[in-house]
Amino acid sequence: MTSAATLYGLAGAALVGIGLYGLAVQAHVLRKILAFNLIGSGVFLVFGAVAGRGGGAGGGDPVPQAMVITGIVVALSATALAVALALRLFRETGRVTLPPDPPAGARDG
Amino acid sequence: MADGLADGPWAELLVALPLAGMLLALPLGGRQAHRLALLVLAAGPVLALLLAAQLWQGGVVGVALGGFAAPLGIALRADGLSVLMLLTTAVVLCATGLAARAGFAPRPGQGETRAGLLFWPLLLALWGALNAVFLGNDLFNLYVALELLTLAAVPLVCIEGKPEAVAAALRYLLFALLGSVLYLLGAALLYGAHGTLDITLLAARLQPGPATWMAGALMTAGLLAKTALYPLHLWLPPAHAAAPAAASAVLSALVVKASFFILLRLWFDVMPALAGLGGATLLGGLGTAAILAGSLLALRQERLKLAIAYSTMAQLGYLFLMFPLAGGGTEAQPWSAGAWTGGVLHAVSHALAKAAMFLVAGLVLQAAGHDRIRALQGLGRAMPVAVFAFGLAGLSLMGLPPSGGFVAKWLLLTAALASGQWWWAVPMLAGGLLAAGYVFRLLNPALSAGEGQGWRPVRRRWQAIPLALALLSVALGLAPLLPYLLLGLGRSPAAEEGLG
Repeated sequence: MTSAATLYGLAGAALVGIGLYGLAVQAHVLRKILAFNLIGSGVFLVFGAVAGRGGGAGGGDPVPQAMVITGIVVALSATALAVALALRLFRETGRVTLPPDPPAGARDG
Repeated sequence: MADGLADGPWAELLVALPLAGMLLALPLGGRQAHRLALLVLAAGPVLALLLAAQLWQGGVVGVALGGFAAPLGIALRADGLSVLMLLTTAVVLCATGLAARAGFAPRPGQGETRAGLLFWPLLLALWGALNAVFLGNDLFNLYVALELLTLAAVPLVCIEGKPEAVAAALRYLLFALLGSVLYLLGAALLYGAHGTLDITLLAARLQPGPATWMAGALMTAGLLAKTALYPLHLWLPPAHAAAPAAASAVLSALVVKASFFILLRLWFDVMPALAGLGGATLLGGLGTAAILAGSLLALRQERLKLAIAYSTMAQLGYLFLMFPLAGGGTEAQPWSAGAWTGGVLHAVSHALAKAAMFLVAGLVLQAAGHDRIRALQGLGRAMPVAVFAFGLAGLSLMGLPPSGGFVAKWLLLTAALASGQWWWAVPMLAGGLLAAGYVFRLLNPALSAGEGQGWRPVRRRWQAIPLALALLSVALGLAPLLPYLLLGLGRSPAAEEGLG
């Protein structure tokens, strides 16, 4: 019988995997930002699994939960910054994807 | 020194003061923010020196914030490595702050600008985050400090709002976020396996196992993305080249070193016993690739700032040669302390030299309005002091004596030969030659006797700022014993005896 903690852990791992795939494959900046948030959610689930497993009869270990809250705040601010930059990129250049990698011997622009 | 001075709350102040300054600078507004920021920055070297005195007298400084002891509380810890990085950071930021007045201090007769208001709080936030990284003794707090660092560094890249800078900043942010989320996943696994993230407690409790291995790999990969080690370097050159020169100086000199510092803590303090020859060799191999690729790309650039940014990518490679040189065996290795110290000294001397170079690039942009290398004929006559500073900094990058870079490379080379791993000496020597190539290529047009176009004059005192940094980078080679002694304080056993 799988425990809830194991399920949470596996779901977290799956989310991290999906997010990593999205971050690598998707070109649209907003999709990349969403993929990052998926990875983040996966990590928070893993923290949840850790908290659930560490607790005794009286509930979970509170320390990982505090870490998750901090992590969510950090992820929110980072996402806000990323979205603001993506909007700025769209307004300035009309593009929603990052330019391809800079050519090795970049000529004068 | 009086006992009272040596017992002061210097470690706490080094984190709290910059952050308090950041909060105060915003309501002060664009006309006053730079004054407050410079005042706070000026306190930096003093505080770092006081902390050094505290360390010197009483050994490793440990602070449990609010009286809560680890594992629940947040612990700060300052050993020789922390203090050396704190000192370097304070000096580089002071110089950068002084130099940044040219671009971000309000001009008489002009209104408040957005860049002029935002630059200073961001610089202070960056400083607070760096200090929190160097003092943190808890892997989760190091994560928070790293994120704060990213959130301060990314806006600095695009503070002038140029489209290419916005794209570079976004790419930088995505790489950095990927890096920190991988690090956080590793931290979750470590907490799950050992029930603490306090570095000291964790090091005592650490048991090898799949969770620990996985955590180590994830955290290392995340930190490599933030340190821009080849092949995760793609974000660095555009971001460091597109940022305003003062920001580039801080980014190249200090910000990439913060994640490297955490990597050192992870490998040498937390899990030295797990660091096998394979992982260390992989890091060394990637470092070698970074040295060669970065130097060759630096040789091909047409623009001064891009060339300096690619040189950063190459110089970061040296830092990773210390991992295979400091470990792999089963017994105590006498050369490992040399490799470790060489790597850290390289980080410090590169920080000073690279900040000097970017500040010179900023002066060039100011004087010429562009930074195309070929069109810089006659620059040596227009601003001799700045060109001299660039040359001195180049000396340190090449590793020529007497300079900090020389001592660092000498220690690493000695470790390579003493440990019988002579092959690591090859990229070091090749990298030195290539560095000579790109530094001379940058200096050559500046020293040639062309007329150039009408340079806007740059006052000597602006040119003196990068000169001071470059001189310090050289002075590190003249007095190598001081940082050497400092680094010995509270050094982890793994740094003395080798990983593994």
